[in-house]
Amino acid sequence: MPTRIKLIDGQFSLVEDPFTHVSDDQDLPRGDLIISLTRFQNEGERLLSEGRAVGVRLEPAEEVEVLAYDLARLAVVAVAFPKFNDGRGYTAARLLRERYDFKGEVRAVGDILREQAGFMVRVGIDAFEPADGSTPEQWAHAAHRQRHVYQRAADRRTPAFAERE
Amino acid sequence: MYQYDTLDKEFLADRAAEFREQVARRLAGEITEDQFKPIRLMNGLYLQLHAYMLRVAIPYGSLNPVQLRVLADIGRKYDKGYGHFTTRQNLQFHWIKLADTPEILDALAAVDMHAIQTSGNCIRNTTSDPYAGATAEEIDDPRVWAEAIRQWSSLHPEYSFLPRKFKIAITAAAKDRTAAKVHDIGLMLRRGRDGTMGFEVIVGGGLGRTPYVGPTIKEFLPANRLLSYLDAILRVFNRHGRRDNKYKARIKILVSALGAAEFARQVEEEWAKVGTVGDLPDTEIARIRGAFAPTAFDTLINRSEAFEAAKAADPGLARFARNNLREHKRAGYTIVEISLKGIGDTPGDATSDQMDVVADLAERYGQNDVRVTHEQNLVLPHVKLDDVPAVYAALKAAGIGTPNINLISDIIACPGLDYCALANARAIPIAQDIARTFADQDRAELIGELKIKISGCINACGHHHVGHIGILGVDKKGEEFYQLTLGGSGAEDAAVGSALGPALPADRVAPAIDILVDVYLRERAEGERFLDTFRRTGVTPFKEAVYADAH
Repeated sequence: MPTRIKLIDGQFSLVEDPFTHVSDDQDLPRGDLIISLTRFQNEGERLLSEGRAVGVRLEPAEEVEVLAYDLARLAVVAVAFPKFNDGRGYTAARLLRERYDFKGEVRAVGDILREQAGFMVRVGIDAFEPADGSTPEQWAHAAHRQRHVYQRAADRRTPAFAERE
Repeated sequence: MYQYDTLDKEFLADRAAEFREQVARRLAGEITEDQFKPIRLMNGLYLQLHAYMLRVAIPYGSLNPVQLRVLADIGRKYDKGYGHFTTRQNLQFHWIKLADTPEILDALAAVDMHAIQTSGNCIRNTTSDPYAGATAEEIDDPRVWAEAIRQWSSLHPEYSFLPRKFKIAITAAAKDRTAAKVHDIGLMLRRGRDGTMGFEVIVGGGLGRTPYVGPTIKEFLPANRLLSYLDAILRVFNRHGRRDNKYKARIKILVSALGAAEFARQVEEEWAKVGTVGDLPDTEIARIRGAFAPTAFDTLINRSEAFEAAKAADPGLARFARNNLREHKRAGYTIVEISLKGIGDTPGDATSDQMDVVADLAERYGQNDVRVTHEQNLVLPHVKLDDVPAVYAALKAAGIGTPNINLISDIIACPGLDYCALANARAIPIAQDIARTFADQDRAELIGELKIKISGCINACGHHHVGHIGILGVDKKGEEFYQLTLGGSGAEDAAVGSALGPALPADRVAPAIDILVDVYLRERAEGERFLDTFRRTGVTPFKEAVYADAH
């Protein structure tokens, strides 16, 4: 079974991934799935009624607001970063956590490099499919790099101004 | 100036340590140059024509003497004995070896400096008024707000991969020395009718291929709501700014495409959702305010007999005083501008020895305070009139006593084809040519304020669009040509210049400037600057004169 790095209670570890990524032109396999937004809008209802766990892959141009009424039923939102330098996914992830209080898995997929680990954890992403072969140890090292942060974000870390109080 | 606490220091140390590891991975061949590029760009390291260039951040252009000496040392040890001050109030070293960069970043971090976010598509160094804390014109110290923005924008988790780079300027004086209206965001501190403080928020100005003077999207933003409002602007930009074409990716294109009113509406809508949770607590603003060590001024009268006597005895000092001193808020003090535009020198360059001299002067006579201006000069913001003769003598001896602030030879120029891989044409030799043409100081003073700005390519790092006279290097079949624009301004009367006519070959640029100046001197009315005369007469007399021999 494939794996992804998962952040649980502050620890990064390699965890088996029960979900299968399915593209729009592929037949649906059995089990838990991560599908595109379009496919979810067409087939999501049926898949959920079959008792499967369903995740949606959100592309950068797709607005997280579209998922607002479905989030409670979704196990995963896979935020796509087709290129590391497309930063729209950071906003999507943060809004999922802060504005919609999404409790499921927010997974980073695509061009995922360890240099982004710190940023991704801060916006509330808790699962990672690194494209650079990073191990959980390397990922944790990169994510914990900065002892202090200057902003409030979705990870609830205490920002510098509050640390100073 | 702002004193870094343990937390600020640890933040920089952690970042320097990370880069050290990344460079080690690159040098060991674990990652390719392609993979390394985004990493080094997040740390201000560019690969240029001849070597790596390291851009060091100087937050809002404010330095203490210890920091300036470290910059001088780095210049001596790792570069060719000098550094280049930029229009973003930063400092660039142009001859850096990759293997040295971790040492350099550690040396910088030891004095609370860094190169974070001096490149890449993130929020860059916030610029501010170089006279902050010294001019009577300001209604508050803009550095307080600039420092709040520095912290908020440092390694921001959501806004480190924007569609394009993002520049914020902030001023609290009516006379704008920050070019706020040609920034992604320009913030102008105002007092409301009820006496409270707020910002006029200008969004979507910019230079480059498509220059715009930015529209005001909010007339009065309560000061304590600044960060949540910035959050809203950046979020709208991050989500909706174009990413398909790097030349259409700046926020100015989004604002222009949506229209300022619709953009403002989207920001307001997002801002309402962000709410006050995105703001800095008043206690933190108060802490930052307090962390700028207050400057202790002596009580003096606004006349120094020693200074008056020295001026009477030395015409050179008198000329320096006329051109390089600015009014200070306290009696008996003055703001001293140090020109890095020596006639024939490279605009913005300072040797390590010159940096040391300025550091010494700041320590001895200047309350340990040095500023960098966006016009690539340095400032000692707090000097007693009594001490001006000594300061001038030391500057002159170091070759940086040029009395030409705001005059025709006080030119902004980008590094151009001499250094930059993007450039089409050289900028520095053109600046040097013009400066030599107007080396006669009497004539330069007669001409008065005239801002010439030169860019070696359309990316406009030399701000040519907002030069009273702008010069743009273009490539015509492998030959360097220069397009002149007139009537631009980056100040409170901001405007984008308009093209004068066909581009000129390099050897005709300085003579053409000479002709433009002659037309101005002939046409000008009492008290008019070059810019004022141009705005009154229009382009015709200037154009006719420059292209007369072409007919």
